[in-house]
Amino acid sequence: MKEYRTVTQIAGPLVFVEKTEPIGYNELVNISLADGTMKRGQVLDTSDEIVVVQVFETTAGIGRDSGIRFTGETIKMPVGKEMLGRILSGGGKPIDGGPDIVPEKRLDITGAAINPYARSSPEDFIQTGISTIDGTNTLVRGQKLPIFSGSGLPHNDVALQIARQAKVPGSTEEFAVVFAAMGITREEANVFMADFEKTGALERAVVFLNLADDPAVERIITPRLALTTAEYLAFDLGYHVLVILTDMTNYCEALRQIGAAREEVPGRRGYPGYMYTDLAGIYERAGIIKGVKGSVTQIPILTMPGDDITHPIPDLTGYITEGQIVVNRDLHRKGIYPPINVLPSLSRLMNLGIGEGHTREDHKKVSDQLYAAYAEGNDLRGLVAIVGKDALSERDRMFLEFADLFEDRFVRQGLYEDRTIQETLDLGWELLATLPEEQLVRIDRELIQKYHPKYRKNVQG
Amino acid sequence: MVTAVGLDAHMYDVVKVGDEELMGEVIKIQGENIIIQVYEDTAGIRPGEPVENTGLSLAVELGPGLLTSIYDGIQRPLEVLVDKMGNFIERGVSAPGLSHEKKWEFKPIAKAGDTVAPGEIIGEVQETNIVHKIMVPPNMKGGKIKSIQSGSYTVDETVCELEDGTAITMLQRWPVRVPRPVAEKMNPDIPLITGQRILDGLFPIAKGGTAAIPGPFGSGKTVTQQQLAKWSDAEIVVYIGCGERGNEMTEVLTEFPELEDPKSGKPLMERTVLIANTSNMPVAAREASVYTGITIAEYFRDMGYDVSLMADSTSRWAEAMREISSRLEEMPGEEGYPAYLAARLSEFYERAGLVETLSNAKGSVSVIGAVSPPGGDFSEPVTQNTLRIVKVFWALDAKLSQRRHFPAINWLNSYSLYLDTLHDWYDREVSPEWNPLRAWAMEVLQKEAELQEIVQLVGSDALPDEEQVTIEVARMIREIFLQQNAYDAVDTFCPMSKQYDMMKAIKAYADFARSAQVAGATPQQVIGIKTKNELPQIKFIKDYEPVLAKILKDMEAEFNALRAA
Repeated sequence: MKEYRTVTQIAGPLVFVEKTEPIGYNELVNISLADGTMKRGQVLDTSDEIVVVQVFETTAGIGRDSGIRFTGETIKMPVGKEMLGRILSGGGKPIDGGPDIVPEKRLDITGAAINPYARSSPEDFIQTGISTIDGTNTLVRGQKLPIFSGSGLPHNDVALQIARQAKVPGSTEEFAVVFAAMGITREEANVFMADFEKTGALERAVVFLNLADDPAVERIITPRLALTTAEYLAFDLGYHVLVILTDMTNYCEALRQIGAAREEVPGRRGYPGYMYTDLAGIYERAGIIKGVKGSVTQIPILTMPGDDITHPIPDLTGYITEGQIVVNRDLHRKGIYPPINVLPSLSRLMNLGIGEGHTREDHKKVSDQLYAAYAEGNDLRGLVAIVGKDALSERDRMFLEFADLFEDRFVRQGLYEDRTIQETLDLGWELLATLPEEQLVRIDRELIQKYHPKYRKNVQG
Repeated sequence: MVTAVGLDAHMYDVVKVGDEELMGEVIKIQGENIIIQVYEDTAGIRPGEPVENTGLSLAVELGPGLLTSIYDGIQRPLEVLVDKMGNFIERGVSAPGLSHEKKWEFKPIAKAGDTVAPGEIIGEVQETNIVHKIMVPPNMKGGKIKSIQSGSYTVDETVCELEDGTAITMLQRWPVRVPRPVAEKMNPDIPLITGQRILDGLFPIAKGGTAAIPGPFGSGKTVTQQQLAKWSDAEIVVYIGCGERGNEMTEVLTEFPELEDPKSGKPLMERTVLIANTSNMPVAAREASVYTGITIAEYFRDMGYDVSLMADSTSRWAEAMREISSRLEEMPGEEGYPAYLAARLSEFYERAGLVETLSNAKGSVSVIGAVSPPGGDFSEPVTQNTLRIVKVFWALDAKLSQRRHFPAINWLNSYSLYLDTLHDWYDREVSPEWNPLRAWAMEVLQKEAELQEIVQLVGSDALPDEEQVTIEVARMIREIFLQQNAYDAVDTFCPMSKQYDMMKAIKAYADFARSAQVAGATPQQVIGIKTKNELPQIKFIKDYEPVLAKILKDMEAEFNALRAA
């Protein structure tokens, strides 16, 4: 392999190299510094004379005397069953003091798109034990459901609670967790690690850590390494894999940084115009394949800058993922955990995983009715602030009280409280029973007769 | 993006790039340099690899076998790709759009000695429950038929020979960027019935019309599009998943074969062609997918069918244009989109229409495009340029979807410019009462919006008695008529006659209420009428007529009792 010492320009994370032989796009590059250190990079652009290399670590120490080797292959991830229980750097190197991973396979990290025809429709209900997710924004296997949060909100606790409690009722299949941290602090990472260790989840987890002080550019490959590992565990070994990616906002910042260094025409708020396609390349790597045992379910976490859901990062994410769970600052301030605001939250695959044969026949309609009643009560709060409670009609007052009750009983639950779906739905009925029966327009008579506490008590009594 | 030198190429020629023969298209010529947009991932391609020009422009194969197929953006059948390369989409595999081995039973309609013109129907094939008409390709000259034989043929075999020696097969190739010719474009005057109350009832689209559904994420674009694909009374449906989610396409794929067409009773899949270029499939193929879809739609229109085409989402298509344009380093227009965005959008929507085909039949292509404005902001370029062209605007509203009011179409912002042209049809086919009834409902909803502003300031008790009832009636229109449950077996499709009955029932309540108030009833008494709470149940009952009749009778009795008291 030829070594070039022809660096012509270094700008931010990019190194421009003159070369004589043909170099492929996306090829992996090794850079050796004068002091013997090795750095890695990837070809971003290639032409007859110049190659642009994006360096994953910092470019500190790289100079015109550095040696550049083009490896002739795209970035591959060595994968093997031994990876379970291991902690790797954001670049995929073991950092837990253990041995190197003996690869059973080396996989291209870009990953290919799953042929839509080969996909199987996700429909296995995952019970997370959190009412606002199970009851009103149900997660199913093979879904990508991000958590939209803000700085200082307990999104990590929510993610951990999901990782701890998630199960498919009645199923004993093997599952694994792939956790990829991008630019989070050591402290946050420690919380995750401590919880994984405490619950024994670490044994069946693969952890990728790119922390806040690790090179930003490395973050570009961290989620891809994690998802390549997840796909291997799922589609080669048959595990049901839950992938947690945190924090996607840092990933997007890194993407912007590279775009700026390449002097690209920026899109909205300086993020590159291809960010939708780039993010889709990550988020779409979830799902189930026909005739293959495992599955990949994704829970990416992102913090919305300024709690703004229209910011390009949450906006583009929401257009790709199958819904979103929105963590809300007002609820958090009221001391409600988990502070999930159900109104802007959504699970697009919910309808596939609920109802008879999955959860319970009344699930969809109870959920719709809870939404409608809570939305109405929530709207009335604004009105009360202006005209006072006395100006409300009898009906309005009931909805207003319902909204408070909903937050206090349905939304609020303990960090370790694991509610079954039956408990969640029954709780929903209990709250709906505080409204007059004729206000429950979203639910048909039959179901009301069957599940409404009023009639159930009659049956029992 | 690949640059080739020393290639004899024309704009939009299809080329094969590199040792793996990746498919691409010439999008710019600059002196010696030919700029090629490759439809597949270009990782690992090195300078110096060969490029070969096919000399053809990007075309689709049209013929029996299209229906029930699912294609990627450049008409590679995804089913065949799974067989060829497994569960993931790898590079460098080509596959023809139609099976060239399968035999179809061809029945001639024309006979030897007939003179046929381009576009004329010469025979037919029973493809699914749909009859596939075989036409003289419009880019052929036509002439006198020398021989035409019934029998079993592949799409490559000659089914008809003309006197001048021209052989006609069942296969047509048509360049996707060129609209197929028609005899005449006509003004649409029949609605596309969709079974969705807010669409058919308030904001109808005509067969051959254009509509846009813009909305922020989570507001129900895809569900609305899928409802239209399922229930609209078109004979052929082309559904383009352009840069959207893989799992959603799978949902369509699993659901459609199981669902029945309300008219024919056959699986919906039998009248459907799907194009799925998900968000992580190559951007260039995404750009092409919209053209592939509309060309297939036009082909079925030419047979005299009513075709509806759903494109979900045109914003992803526009973004694909933006990515390609920015790589070409073209001077950007608004928000980085190319300056030709508006032109491309209008060219695309203009391919819709009710037409007289070359064979003098009537056919139509209705186009319904979803738009995904960033941040739900309708002032962005794709939404604005689309609204300048389309005739129907179904504005999705995040506020409505948050309270699970579905379809979350805002009744105040949406519009349909077909109301006047469709007026007669509703008069004739539904009831002469329908048009005034619709106008009444819109007026109540409009009035409610005004009243709500007052309520926000002073509370509902401060409204005059009459207006308190108006608010209640508006609530009934919203909750009973406008809200529709796509996941309920009965409510998912609501025939026009039922829509009329439901609206009439609400109006009946409003009329009773008015006369009761004149007779001195308080708003609380009128709103407290018990029988009106029975009305929402009608939605979920298939044979609703007797139930509705009873409710109306009971309601009259209850009002009479109220008046007597």
